[in-house]
Order: sequence, then structure tokens, then C-alpha cells
Amino acid sequence: MGKVKCECGRVNPNGTILCESCGRALTEKAKQDKLVDMRYEGSARRSQTYNKTLIDKVWNFFSSVKVGIWIIVLLLVAASFGTILPQEFYIPSNVPPETYYEDVYGTFGKLYYLIGFHDLYNSLWFSALVAALGVSLVIASLDRVVPLYRALKNQRVDRHETFMKKQRLFAEREGTLQRAEWQRVKEALEKKKYKVRMENGALLAEKNRFTRWGPYVNHVGLIIFLLGALLRSVPGMYIDELLWIREGETLQVPGTNGEYYVKNNGFTLENYQAGEDPEVFNEAINRVGTVAKNYQTDAVLYKNENNELPGASPKLEEVQRDAIQVNQPMKFGQFAVYQTSFRQDEMKAMHFALTNKETGEEFGEIVVDLFDQQASYDLGGGYKVELLGYYPDFDGFTQEGEPTSKSPLPNNPAFLFNMITPQTPEGEVSFAQIRNTMEPLGETTFKMAFKSLDTRDVSALTIRKDLTLPVLAAGGLIFMIGVIQGSYWNHRRLWVREKNGQVYAAGHTNKNWHGLKRDIEAVLEGTTIPRPEDRQKE
Amino acid sequence: MANLAGVSSTLLEAAFFLYLAATFLFGGSIRQKGLRDGEGLNRWGRLGILVTIIGFAAQLGYFFTRWAAAGHAPVSNLFEFTTFFGMMIVGAFILLFFIYKTAVLGLFALPVALIIIAYASMFPSEISPLIPALQSHWLAIHVTTAAAGQGILAISFIAGMIYLVKNIDQTKSTKKTRWLEAVMFFIVSVVAFILLTTGFTLSGYKSEFEYVNKEDQAASQEFGLPALVGPNEGTLLTEGKMEPLAEMPAFINAKKLNTVIWSLVGGIVLYMLIRLITRRRVAALLQPLVRNVSSDLLDEIGYRSVLIGFPVFALGALIFAMIWAQIAWTRFWGWDPKEVWALITFLFYAAFLHLRLSKGWHGEKSAWLAVVGFGIIMFNLVAVNLVIAGLHSYA
Repeated sequence: MGKVKCECGRVNPNGTILCESCGRALTEKAKQDKLVDMRYEGSARRSQTYNKTLIDKVWNFFSSVKVGIWIIVLLLVAASFGTILPQEFYIPSNVPPETYYEDVYGTFGKLYYLIGFHDLYNSLWFSALVAALGVSLVIASLDRVVPLYRALKNQRVDRHETFMKKQRLFAEREGTLQRAEWQRVKEALEKKKYKVRMENGALLAEKNRFTRWGPYVNHVGLIIFLLGALLRSVPGMYIDELLWIREGETLQVPGTNGEYYVKNNGFTLENYQAGEDPEVFNEAINRVGTVAKNYQTDAVLYKNENNELPGASPKLEEVQRDAIQVNQPMKFGQFAVYQTSFRQDEMKAMHFALTNKETGEEFGEIVVDLFDQQASYDLGGGYKVELLGYYPDFDGFTQEGEPTSKSPLPNNPAFLFNMITPQTPEGEVSFAQIRNTMEPLGETTFKMAFKSLDTRDVSALTIRKDLTLPVLAAGGLIFMIGVIQGSYWNHRRLWVREKNGQVYAAGHTNKNWHGLKRDIEAVLEGTTIPRPEDRQKE
Repeated sequence: MANLAGVSSTLLEAAFFLYLAATFLFGGSIRQKGLRDGEGLNRWGRLGILVTIIGFAAQLGYFFTRWAAAGHAPVSNLFEFTTFFGMMIVGAFILLFFIYKTAVLGLFALPVALIIIAYASMFPSEISPLIPALQSHWLAIHVTTAAAGQGILAISFIAGMIYLVKNIDQTKSTKKTRWLEAVMFFIVSVVAFILLTTGFTLSGYKSEFEYVNKEDQAASQEFGLPALVGPNEGTLLTEGKMEPLAEMPAFINAKKLNTVIWSLVGGIVLYMLIRLITRRRVAALLQPLVRNVSSDLLDEIGYRSVLIGFPVFALGALIFAMIWAQIAWTRFWGWDPKEVWALITFLFYAAFLHLRLSKGWHGEKSAWLAVVGFGIIMFNLVAVNLVIAGLHSYA
């Protein structure tokens, strides 16, 4: 149905422009062209042949390189808009974006936020553009690769002279060629790694045909990559959690359903020291001030052996120990744990001494753990301190005189103590903060004097599982193979034909015509084959 | 070790002057003889490429001695990266020179590399230790590959510029001549920036300001150029220095804007001087130098360098970048401005390559595209590091 039969006898698919076998022009337009259009070898592309149904129209739209370029250009312009101001995920997390953009960048910032550019890369329209690119990649590739494959597979050695005459590189002369000349050019071509075929007084030399598949291979790679990116939304493929963990703490690793626990054995922040580190760094350290050298969490990973037993308390078995540093995540199973952030010197415990105000005599020291307080601290000898109230983030007193705390985080801890001594068996009340004591219920003999503070660091670890990575890696690898395959070689062909007392020579390459010309010059040396000339010169 | 660092700087200076000498040698080579396709190189041209290669070897010497002195690949700040980028342009030129044997390419590629290396030396050049995020072998792998890709892509800009200088009709003023002059003006402004910064640094000019920053906190800034614009609520601390003419809002970095204004003003002055003295457009001045080169060959070189550079760039600036980002930043892609602009560069050259498939986009249009492409690369190098804040702002 709809096949085109060429004079040479070949039956071509509907829509073929140049006969797959001999190269004769099959359409009126191609017959009239001065130079033949060699893109895709004049093969029958679906998009150039059918345009009736809706499917045809969609297919034709997306198979167009022009449309593809438009999608690429729209994507790159759109992507650039997202870099004018920082994206939502890079602004400080403690301020709402509605106000941040206007506060910092004025009216322009407000507009930027209102248009939705603050979260451009997650917007529906940006995703739609990426999807359009994916569709274009698939359709445009399929539309070309199949007919191109057919055309290159079926090409004949003895191309029709009209085909040769319409090549960009072409020459002819009257006369014939001697057997020795054929032999000579064949050998010269083979020396240059051309595959040479000779039939019926014609020669076809061809080299690096595989490079023609490069673009399609790299498109396959890109499609796999895009599919890999899509895979992230499949449940279970991707986990991204942040865990703030204090020194000494053991916490469940989020995202592992209670199977794993991690302990922070200590966080280290090191800076470069002028003098200690290699001398060459001194100048830079002195100019900049502090340069960080290392952020490290010494972690212990545990597995909860009782995780499968409902209701059982965790039974932790050590799995591994690792120093987690930037660039050196700890890995276990499908997870990786990264050093992401830290907070230094969070308050852990406070030391107070029960002190006689007048004499300054101390009757023992108590340590109040800010995360685990006792109801009372016995100092022996009749001395005892009761904890009446704990205000981790002290914020002042209410009108009734009640102390208040604005959060459960120990940012500004304050305590209400009842001090019991042999002199004051009823107890005296002292309100104690860092470097400050008050007597809210009248003057006292004793006070809780602040002595010292224990601090510790908090480390932020990112817990990541990403099962899409192998797919993305495969896509990237295939893309690279394809792009190298298509870029670093050229598909070169040389045709020589003797027919009815004429000698024809023509050459074609998909790119790098200078290279082909140099090849031709070298292989025709010492023969009477006419030197093909470039007819597309300036 | 300090001694090694000294050797390293000397080698970089040597490379700079060798490139300068090679530029003149290439200039001499095209004066002598036409360079139509197939004609061999003359003695000047051979000498030019020889000196270029010696210069390249000297710069490689700089690179590896500095590596030894620092203990890490010297591509960790703007000075080091930009210098390396200049070296990659020279390397890419040498590569394409041996494919096409065109001396005129050197006459334009080497000055561009020279300007870039001089621009690099405007940044602090001492050897600095690596912050934790950079302590990885991927620093050397990712950055050098990306810079190599950009260097090769830059050759398409050089070829495109030569193509435009040669083919745009300079007998009358058109949109094309104006755009080409805009590119020339930009290059002149960079030269003005280098001259001004060097001048004021040598004279020891410094003025310090105290101001209120974006986060509403007190901060200080030191200006190396007289402050035409000053920081938000700034007060000049250094006595006897120029008071700013205008004050900037907090979200604008006044120091950087001041530098840009100075460069533009300097560029205008320098450019007008050239125009007034010679009474010709800058491109018209260059035109006689390129008369003999084949446009077809230039188009081919431009296309070829994109073909060679594109895969290298994709590998270095996207694939290696993603691998390292996964290790250091926990995710392979995070829409950081530098990442986005690497993607934009990639997409732009992808569009370039697809446009080559249609007939109309060879020759002049393709040359303009190569110029735009290089503009994007330079934007990513300069503006994204200095203007747009992001994870890559190491300077």
C-alpha cells in the first residue's frame, strides 16, 4: 500500500525522497533540486508522509527539530528566571516566604513571589516543559532513526549518476579507469580504514557509519535519565530526612521504620590555624580569618533486633562506627548519612551551689540536667534542694508573678528552687538563672549560686535513600556514550563510478567536510579519478 | 614549600609573557602571507605555535607546582579557576590549531586567554586551604573537566568573532556592526577593569565603610576603588577618601556595583579614545588582519570546537558535578544558580547543534550563536559567582 517503486526495481516505503538502493530522486521536488538533501538520506519519515489524523498531527509537531529547539530555548530561558532571586528552599527557614521576598527585595521581590518564580522549578508549567522535551526526544528520534537505518542498510554500491551529480562534493570526466587505478584507490582507502565495496564498475567506500546512531543513543540516555527523575515519586524509592542529634544522644534513624538507631559520640569542628597548618596557607588564613577545616560527627549505628516484635523495647546491636564528615557520608544498606549542619554549645546542664549569702560558705553543688531533672537533690547533712519549677526558655513573669517559658528548648533556662537546710527546715525559695538569682518570696539566708554550665554540640545529619540513582547513572552513561559516538567521528563516504564512458566521483560526510576533502585528496593521488569539488563554497 | 609557591607564580608570569609574544608572532605570520585553505604555515606561524606551546608548558608547570605546594588541585577559588580556564583556552587553541593550521585563530585566541588570566589576577591569589565541602578528589576531576569543556567551547567564540569581523560589512553602520561593537566594548571594559584595579592597587588606595547589611546587622566593607556608590547607611571610616555619590539599598552589594560602574566608565573612556584616535570601529580596525582566512574554514572550526567541547562540558559540568553533589551536598541536583547556569549552557549548545541541522544556521548566524554561548559561559563564571549568591560562591 502506497509503496514507491524505483526504476532500479527497488520498492521503497511511501514518502521516500531518494531511492534507498540507487539514490534516484523519487519526488518532483527532489528531481529539481540542484544539490540533494542528504539529511536522513532522503528516507521516508512518518512525519513528512502522513498528516491526516490527530495522532499524525501530534506526531508531526513533536518530531520537528524546530519544535524541539523551541522547547530547549523556552526551558533555558525559564530556568534562568529562577536564578534572579534565591529559590524558596534557599531562603532562611524561619521567615515566611510571603514576607521575605518583599522585605528583602522590595516591590520586585513581591512580584517575583506573586508570579511564583520563588518556586519555579517545582511549578507545573516548568514540569510540563520538561515533559514536552521528553516527548519530543522520543518522537523526533523514532521518526528519524528507523528510516535512516533502512536507507543506510539498503544502499547500493552503484548509485545512480543523478544521485552522485547532486552531491556537494562531485566531479566527472570522460573516459575510463584502468584496473590498476581501481586497485590503487581501493588500497589507499582501506589503509585509511574505509570499508570498500566494488560492484559493476562502481566503488563505495564508507567509514564510521556507527557515528550516525550517536544522536539516537544519547537521546535514549536522556529519556532514561528523565524517567529516572520521574521514578522518585514512586513510594519507597526516595527518602530525604534531617536528624538533629545532640552529643551523647541515641536516636532512631528516620526513614528506617525503627530498624536503625544512631548515636552521636561527639561532634568536632576544626578550623585551620595559621602556623599549625602548612605555611603556604598562612596568608589566606590571616586575610580571611577563620577557615573551617572539618565538620565531623563520630557516629555509632545500631540495629534494633526487636524491631519485628510489636511492643518490645528496642534491643540495639552495634552495626558499625564511622566518622561522618562532609564528602564522607556513612553508608549502610540503601542509606547514606551525611554531615549537613551543626549548632555549637547548646546548654546541657547547669551547676549551682547552695550558698550562705552572708558568709559565702557553700554546702555542696548540684548539677541540673536540662533534659532530665530530678525532683530534689540531697546534699547530705540536712541540706537538700527541691526543684519547684523549670522554665527552659524563660521569658519573664506573668502579671500574677508566675515565671513563663516561651518554648521547651533550653535557650534561657531558669529554675525555682526550694532550699532546705538545718537553719531553714521550712525551706527558702530562690529563683536562679545563669549569673543571676532572685528572691521572689522575700529575703533569704541562702541562695542557689550559679557556678558553671555544661554544653554540647548538636549535629544535623541528612538521611538519604535514593533508589533512582542507578537508573540516572545508566541514563547518564548512555547519554555520554551516544554524545561521544556522534561527536568524535564522522560518517564519510566516497562513491566512484564508471558508466558509458564517463567517470563520476562524489563524496559525502555528515560533518567536518575539511576532513573528508583531505581524505579524498590523499586517496585519489596517482589516479585519474576526477577530484570532487565542493559546490557549496562561499 | 613557600619556595615552590614562588616558583609557581614565576611560571605563571612566564606563561603570560610567552602568550603575549606568541600573539605578536601570529600577527607577523598573517601579515606575510595569505592563509587560504591548503597553504602551509610560514616561519612566523611556526614560531608562534612553538612559543604558545612553551607558554602552555610553563602554565602547566605553574599548575602542578602550585598543586604540590597547596596539596590540592589549584582550582578552588576564582583566581585559580579563572587562570585554569585561560590555560584551557590556550590548550583548546593548540588542539584546534593542529587540526586546521590556522594562524589567525591564535591571533584572537591568545589575547582572549591573556585578558582572562589578567582578570584572574584581580582576585586574591594566595594559596588557600580547602573548606570541608571542597575536600574531595572530585574537586580536581569535576572542575578541570568543566573548565576544559568551556575552554574548547570558547574556541567556537573565537572562530565566530573572526568570522564576524571578516564578514560584516564595515562600510556602513548597521545593526550588525553595532552589535559587534557591543561585544568589542565589553572586551574593552574588561581591559579597563584590569587597568583600573591594577592602578588603584599599586597606588595603595583603600577606603573602609561601616554599614547595615541585608540581615540588619552592622558590617564593614573595604573598597579598592573610590566609592562612586556606597553601602546601605554606610559611613566612611578611612579619612581623606572619596565620599560616595549615592547610597545603595541593603540587598545590593555596593562594592561590586561600584566595580562594575568603574569598569563601564573606564570602558567607555577607553573605547571612545580608540574610536576618536583611529576614526574607525574596533571591528573595522581588526578586519584587515582576517581578510585572508576562509569563512568556510572558520565556520567549520566553530562547529568542530562545539562538537569536541560539548561532550567534555556535559561530562565535567553536569555528570561529574552531579556525582560530586550527591557525595558532598547529599543530592545530585539542587537548582543552585551555578548548576542552573551549567544546565543553561548545556541547553544552549544543544540548541546550537540542532540548529546546525537546518540550513540557514551556518556561517554568520552560527557565529553569532557562538558569541552568545561564550557570553553565557562568562556570565556563569563571573556573575553567578559574584552577583548571585549560591553554594558555589567561593572567592
